[in-house]
Amino acid sequence: MTMKLYDYPLSGNCFKVRQMLAWLGVAFETVPVDFHPGREHKSAAFLAHVNPLGQLPVIDDDGFVLRDAQAILVYLASRYDTQGRWHPADPKLRGQVAMWLATADEITRTASAARLHDALGYDHLDIDACRAGARAVFRVLDDHLAEQAANGLRWLAPATGPTIADLACFPYVALAGEGGIALDEFPALRNWVWDFRHLHGFIGMSGIFPAGPA
Amino acid sequence: MKDTMPFATDDPNMLDDWLVAGAATPEPRTTRLLGETVRLWSDADGTPQCRLGEQPLAVQSRYGHFWVCPSGRPARPLFDFPEYGEPGRRAIDCSGIGVAVSGLRVIENFLDMAHFPFVHADYLGKVPHTEVAQYQVNIESATGEIWATDCRFWQPRASAAHDLGSEVFYKYRVMQPFSAMLYKSSSRAGELDAIGIFLQPVDEERVIAHTLLACYDDVSTDAELIAFQQTIFGQDKPILENHAFKRMPLEGRAETPTRGDTSSVTYRRWLRERGMRFGTRAAA
Repeated sequence: MTMKLYDYPLSGNCFKVRQMLAWLGVAFETVPVDFHPGREHKSAAFLAHVNPLGQLPVIDDDGFVLRDAQAILVYLASRYDTQGRWHPADPKLRGQVAMWLATADEITRTASAARLHDALGYDHLDIDACRAGARAVFRVLDDHLAEQAANGLRWLAPATGPTIADLACFPYVALAGEGGIALDEFPALRNWVWDFRHLHGFIGMSGIFPAGPA
Repeated sequence: MKDTMPFATDDPNMLDDWLVAGAATPEPRTTRLLGETVRLWSDADGTPQCRLGEQPLAVQSRYGHFWVCPSGRPARPLFDFPEYGEPGRRAIDCSGIGVAVSGLRVIENFLDMAHFPFVHADYLGKVPHTEVAQYQVNIESATGEIWATDCRFWQPRASAAHDLGSEVFYKYRVMQPFSAMLYKSSSRAGELDAIGIFLQPVDEERVIAHTLLACYDDVSTDAELIAFQQTIFGQDKPILENHAFKRMPLEGRAETPTRGDTSSVTYRRWLRERGMRFGTRAAA
């Protein structure tokens, strides 16, 4: 059975899964979820049958149901990336990738929340706290990427190419402007966004244009 | 009364018109309008209510949305949207996306076809099909609305219901400075889908864009129709927010139109003639 992705087009977390599947060449079909304005992800049916946490994305791979963007990236790379590039098996690399996957959650809690406030009317969120939190985690990323660059490395984990760590951290950095967070003060982070957008097979999403000729 | 008006503008184009304030839901909520926070709800009998502090504001519920007249002295009735609720059509609220730019920029972009192949590649256009064929723009005397007709554009995927590329026919209509509609070839032969965009003015450089579909589609789910509209609108959003001037320059030569921009030229002239100030940029 074709893999199903419970999807919302404006979700950066859903983008991570769409992009991973595109890079891995795995066929899938989307199940559009009316996240806004319908809040279908909080409906009783969705909570009971798809994800009790009421979050996207969720995949159903021939009956194997998995929620959480980062968990899905680990699963997809482990199962379908025969060359082991996206989630390398080296113990230290694996530990570093896991660290950045956790950092991606911190980016969701801050930069993505700021975007939900500004774009989708989540007025109950403390926008100043969201933006300050995003800048704090972006500072960590920017310093790290600057240090990587000094060592001739372009990606978050010291692998030869990008890993799921980069994919997990990418969308809500690239979309930060929609939450009123400018990237001017994070030059290494901006270079990394640029490099990521220019990867072969990058699909983009609303708000993040694919690079080069359309 | 105008002297005590608390709103962030004294432009009668905003104060004396019906401004959208979000989906018409019964439970009380607050929202931002012209720099103020207003409370909205519907009484048990369905009567809409709006308050600014303790002060009641004129409000009506139409087309599934609340419409507020800040001054209480509307210069004209709310525009007609006859396709809403028409038998056979589905009315879908694709509502509520915040955009950090003047609403005038959003309407002007909505009227523009030239950006389709670039911003909406593989949906509403595709290089090298970039030409905007000549179309007609008129101001309807009875209503004062702008109508652009005879518009057509080749589109790879014109709507959630379209699988194949096709030549798509468009009509555009501007009813208020902050609201417009388009009509385009639907999946049902000879019929046009209607898409309304109604902008809630939060302040001069920020709106909430409410999009409403009245379309023919027997196949797509609501979530699919909403996903399509929001994908398109989400592609426009960074372009809109990255305008060098968040407000629209109406005077001088800060921005130069081309032949494909007849709608934009007419819209800007129409705004100048009504003395539009809210959301505009003073000439340098």
